[in-house]
Parts: sequence; structure tokens; C-alpha cells
Amino acid sequence: MIKFDNVSVSFTNKKGQIVDAVKNVSFNVNDGEILGIVGTSGAGKSTLLRTVNQLQLPTGGHTIVDGKDIGSLSGKSLAKFRHSIGMIFQQFNLVSTKTVAQNVAFAMEIAGHSKEEIKRRVPELLSLVGLSDRADVYPSTLSGGQKQRVAIARAVANNPKILLCDEATSALDPETTNDVLQLLEVINIKFGITIVLITHEFDVVKKICHRVAVMNKGELVEIGDVSDVFTKPQHEFTKTLLSHTFDLDLPGRLTEDKSKPLVKIIYNGEKAENAIVSNVVKLYDVDVNILHGKIEYINDKPFGILIVQLIGKQDDIYNSLDYLSNNTYRTEVINERD
Amino acid sequence: MNETNYSELLNNLLPAFGETLEMCGIALLLAVVLGTPLGVLSYITSKHSICQNRVVNLIVGFFINVIMSTPFVILLVLLLPFTRFVVGTSIGPEAASVPLGIVAIAFYARLVEGNLHAIDKGVIEASLAMGATWFRIVTNVLLPGAFSGMIRGLTVLAVTLVGYSAMAGIVGGGGVGDLAIRFGYYRYQTDIMIITVLLLIILVQIIQTIGEKASRKVQK
Repeated sequence: MIKFDNVSVSFTNKKGQIVDAVKNVSFNVNDGEILGIVGTSGAGKSTLLRTVNQLQLPTGGHTIVDGKDIGSLSGKSLAKFRHSIGMIFQQFNLVSTKTVAQNVAFAMEIAGHSKEEIKRRVPELLSLVGLSDRADVYPSTLSGGQKQRVAIARAVANNPKILLCDEATSALDPETTNDVLQLLEVINIKFGITIVLITHEFDVVKKICHRVAVMNKGELVEIGDVSDVFTKPQHEFTKTLLSHTFDLDLPGRLTEDKSKPLVKIIYNGEKAENAIVSNVVKLYDVDVNILHGKIEYINDKPFGILIVQLIGKQDDIYNSLDYLSNNTYRTEVINERD
Repeated sequence: MNETNYSELLNNLLPAFGETLEMCGIALLLAVVLGTPLGVLSYITSKHSICQNRVVNLIVGFFINVIMSTPFVILLVLLLPFTRFVVGTSIGPEAASVPLGIVAIAFYARLVEGNLHAIDKGVIEASLAMGATWFRIVTNVLLPGAFSGMIRGLTVLAVTLVGYSAMAGIVGGGGVGDLAIRFGYYRYQTDIMIITVLLLIILVQIIQTIGEKASRKVQK
């Protein structure tokens, strides 16, 4: 659906220096998927996203949508192409002098729909986003979540094939973020709209994305299924980005005590649903003391981390470590003796 | 000191008031009709805006700056041939409306431009992303968005023009300000000067009040 072919974007900043915002990025976005692009701010993800509807022209390479090189479009053909791409923003960007209904209608007017069609479709769209009762109010009276819903209604008004989301939930509280993400998921499933979503929060990616691309300093460092990238990050940067999810902080007194091994067990996929810990206790003569743990579900697949202390005879501990490493995704002893 | 003849004053005051309104009214009308598009043009052709065009932007900016930086009294005199060409005479309120109108156009163009710059760039970007033409963005986003500020700008302009119109007396433009200078200053009739000045203050107050009310009313 979208093909980034060696896309580069560079700017000249105010000091006259050339800044490479995006460097030789190549990857594809598949038809109908929700793809997340994550990275810290300044990673170039927003700039890359903007090459999809030519809000930003690539200075090198091509962004190709449906076989068309977007860089070659201009004037009427560009306008027409943009009707088929919806976009939502962090700051919602609603027209403050138009009511909710007029904002949605605005997108359809631009695309040249008839008055009758607009009159028929706007209420449908507002009911889709759950704002039928707010049709005639101005955006300033709405909450952030409601504003983003209006923006979503506006973005899908012309039945786009692609929806671009630029930090769409970054200005929202966690609860509202969930609501908006759910709405995006519904839109993806119901209308088959391909969604490209950029965010600096991995949590957002975990919730709705199928695949994720990780960007750092203008470069694509990693791309893959969310569960793969999440559980097996290849690149250092991705590991750092994920570290807050992986690192379960333990008080120092526990890690300094080297007499009993502390084992970090990482579960992944189906193995995470087996009763491994209780098997260890039954098979070997050890006590398992659970000190910390977390289980996440990514695209319905469980992924968990457990930190346990093994207490028992040396042999039993070795055997149980063996068993654990054979039956889980990964185990590591985090307080190894020097 | 001359005796003040109040009936003579009244006979002069009413037409003078009418002349002031006429001069300022014509200038305001010109400002709205020509100054608004000029301000929009200056904004949309500016750097990173929706119709970026350096040449047009420089020309418009230069025109506005020349008018704004020339003292009004000088402009009044410089424009005499042009005024004669446009209205056929260089005397009277119609003639004074020409230089007044030109200043008003330039002044208002800058005020409009300033208000347009205050509009959230994100909304413009969103409109572009939807495939809107520059014309649709101007009519649907920019002008409505700047409307309240433009009314406030018009108020400022009207008040300034009342002040400028007094200078129009120099070329025989008439008006309340002219009256204040002729009777109050040249004929040492301080009481008349005070009355006319009070009248001008009241006029300015009325303009200000109406302007503020209107601007608040259209704010979304």
C-alpha cells in the first residue's frame, strides 16, 4: 500500500546547517494493517509520515502509494490524492470557527461532495465516533478526547484508504487514549483502512499495532511484528526504548545477596501459559520465591517476566535452572557470583 | 479674545461632524475592501505559507512600508496630483478621503496580516492534508479565524483615522479636527477647541465600544 523507497529528508536550519531528518528509510506498509512508527522526539518519524501525503517532499528517494510516486504529484492531482488519505494530529487541528458537524462537512466539501451527500453522511460519521449529540457545538467546548473523535470523523469522511496518525494520543490522558485507540481499531477492522501511527509511547503500539517500525536519529533501526520486536529486540536502541518495560526494579538488598540465585525468567508465546514454576517445585527439591513479575498481552499473545529466588541444594538449583531455560523463552541469573 | 458665537459654532459643527464621518467612512470602506485582500496576499505569500512567493511578498511589503513610514502630512501633499486625478479636485472631504484611504489600506493590511499569523498553523496543515486549495483555506479557515481580530483592528484603524482626518484640514478637507484647529487654535477660542476635542473623544469612545462589543460577539 505504502512503499518508502530510500526516503531521505534534509532541511537547512536557521543557522544554515543541513539537518538530515530522515536518512535512507526503506520499508513497506501492508494493505489493511496498523503499523506503528516509534522513536524518541526528533527521530524523524513525523517527517517521514508527512511524505505520505506530500506535506513534506522527500529530498531523496520516493514515497510510493498504490504504485504512485507521491513526489511527482502536484496541483489538482495532489489535491485529489489527498482526499484519499486521512490524517489526525496531536493537537487535533479542528477549525475553531466551525461547529463539530461543519468541521466534518468541511472535509467532504473539499473533496467536492454534493450538499445532499454531506447532509446524509455527517450524522453517520458523528454517530460512528459517538458524538451525535454534539453536532452543533464549537470545538472549544469539547474535551481533548472528543476533539480527537471529531478529527477522526473528519479524517475518514471521504472513505480514505489510509489514515495517518501523528502522535494522535500524546495529548490525551491514559483512559481517553484507550478510547481513541479502540476507535482507531474499529475503523481499521470495519472499513479496512490502513493506519500508520506514529508515537513515542510503546504502550500505544502494543495496544493496537500489528507491526512496528523503530526509528532513531532519522534511520530505521528495526521493523517487524510487534510481539517479535517487543520480545526479541535486535537493535540497542530498541532495547533502550523497551527497557522500562523489561526492567523490574528490585531493592538492592535482594540483588546484593549472592547466596541464593535470583533468576529472571522471560516467557513468550504459548510457553507463557504453562505451569512451569510449579513444575520446577514438583520436579526438584527447591523453593521458588516470587519477588517480582509482569505479564503483558501483545496482540493476544502473552509475554511475561518473572523474577524468582531459588532456594535449595546446589544440585537441585542447577537442575531447576536447566529446566527453566529449556522451557521458557529465556532465563538469566541476575546476581551471579563474581 | 473673540466673542464666542455659539450659533455659528453649531452651524459649523454639524457639517464638520458629517465631514469627519464621511472621510473616515470612505477610508474604512477602502481599507476593508482593498486592505483585507492585501493583508491576505502578504500573509499567504510569506515564507512557509500556503502560496509562498518571495517576489510578490516583497512588493506588497514594500508598498505597505512606504505608506506607513511616510508622515501623513507629507503623504497628503505628495498625493495631491493623484487625488486630483481620482476625484477631480484636491479640496474637500472627498479629496481628503484619498490619502486617508491609502493610509487606511496599508495600515489595515498589516493588521489583517498580523491576525492571520496568529492562526494555528496546525489547522492550516490539516486543511492542506485534506486537499484544500489555498482559496478554500483563505475563505474557510483564515478569514473566519481572524475575523474577531480583524474587527478589533478595524476599531483601532477607525480611531487612528479620526486623528489623521484632523490633518486633512491642511488641504481643505474639513471635519471636526479641522474646526478645532481653525477656531480653537488660529482664532484663540479655547472653549471651542475644548468642545470640539470633547466631541472627538466621545466619537472615539463610541467607536471603541462598538468595536469591542462586535469583536467579542463573533469570537468562537
